Amino acid sequence: MDYRPSRPHTVGSQVTNPAPSPAPSPVKIIIAGGFGAGKTTFVGTVSEIPPLTTEAALTSASLGIDDTSQVSTKTTTTVAMDFGRITLLDSVILYLFGTPGQDRFWFMWDELVLGAIGAIVLVDTRRLADSFPAVDYFEERDIPFLVAVNRFEGAREYRLDEVRKALDVDPRRPIIFCDARRRESVRQALVALVRHSLDVVTSEEAQRGLPRAGSRVD
Amino acid sequence: MDEEWYDDDAGPVVRPYAVTGGRTRPAANRALELVALVSTTEHGRAMVRTLDPEQRNIVLLCQSIQSIAEISAQLSLPVGVARVLVGDMIDAGLVRVTRPARPSERPDVTLMEKVLDGLQTL
Repeated sequence: MDYRPSRPHTVGSQVTNPAPSPAPSPVKIIIAGGFGAGKTTFVGTVSEIPPLTTEAALTSASLGIDDTSQVSTKTTTTVAMDFGRITLLDSVILYLFGTPGQDRFWFMWDELVLGAIGAIVLVDTRRLADSFPAVDYFEERDIPFLVAVNRFEGAREYRLDEVRKALDVDPRRPIIFCDARRRESVRQALVALVRHSLDVVTSEEAQRGLPRAGSRVD
Repeated sequence: MDEEWYDDDAGPVVRPYAVTGGRTRPAANRALELVALVSTTEHGRAMVRTLDPEQRNIVLLCQSIQSIAEISAQLSLPVGVARVLVGDMIDAGLVRVTRPARPSERPDVTLMEKVLDGLQTL
C-alpha cells in the first residue's frame, strides 16, 4: 500500500503527503474590475492562503484581442497577477485570479480566462466607467460573468437597476451587491456566478440538443 | 519547437532562464496551465538531496499539492520558468501533475455542480 509511509522515520509534513486518492480538479474564476475596485480585497477575503502575486512574462503575438492590439508585432511584457485558493469538497481546488488592472495588459486576459468557470466584474459606483472595459471584454467573448457592486464607505447608494442602466448590460445579466471585505458576501457572489455559469451551459446544451449530462465525452 | 518564445532583442531576460538551461518551453511542448496541480512523488522525495536547488524547492513545496501559479509565486520564479522546471521534473518522475480536464473550455456541468456544492457548504 503506497499510502502508508514505509519508513517510520519519515519526518513531519512529509508524512502528511496526500494519498493518491481521487485526482484533484483545478478550476478558476476571474475577478475583474477597474483599478481600486476591490479585486485584491475580494480574493483575500475568501482565500485559504494569503493572496499571492505571480509574474508572467507573456507574448502578445497570439490573438488580436481588441481593435487597438491588432498589430502583428510580437511584444513581451511582464504582468503581475494576484490570486488566491479555496479547497472545496470532493478534491476541487478553486483559484481566484485578479486581472491585471492596466489596459495595456488586456492581451493577456485570454490566457487567464481560458477554461474559467466565469468572471465577476467588481464595480465601484464612484468610478463606474472603470468597469466598462471588463464588461465589454466578457460580453464580446460570451464568457459568463456577473456584476458585483462593491460597497464603499461614503459612496452614494445606487439601486441595482440604476447600475444596470448605467453599465448598459443585458437584463438577464446578474447584478448583485457585494462587500469585498466580508467573507459571506464574497462567498455568495461566487455562488451566484457558478449558478449563472451553470445556467449558461445548460441552456447552450439545450440549444444544441445535447443531453444535459456530464457524461458527455469531448 | 514551432515558435520562438524570445528573440535577439530579449537580452536582459537571460538571467532567470539560466536555471532552465536556456530553454523556455517544457519538453514535449507541455504548456502547463496556471492551475495545473503539481505534487511530489515518492521518487521525488527519495531524490531530494541530490537535486539542484530549484528542483529541490519544488519537491519540498509540492509535498502538499500546488498549482503552477503557486510554485511561481512561492519560489519567486516567472511562470515560464516554473513551467519548464516542472516539465523536466515530470519527465524525471519527481512530480506528477493533474491538468484541467478541459483546459480551453468551461468545466463540464458535473464539475461545476461540485464547485457549487463546495461553495455552498464553505
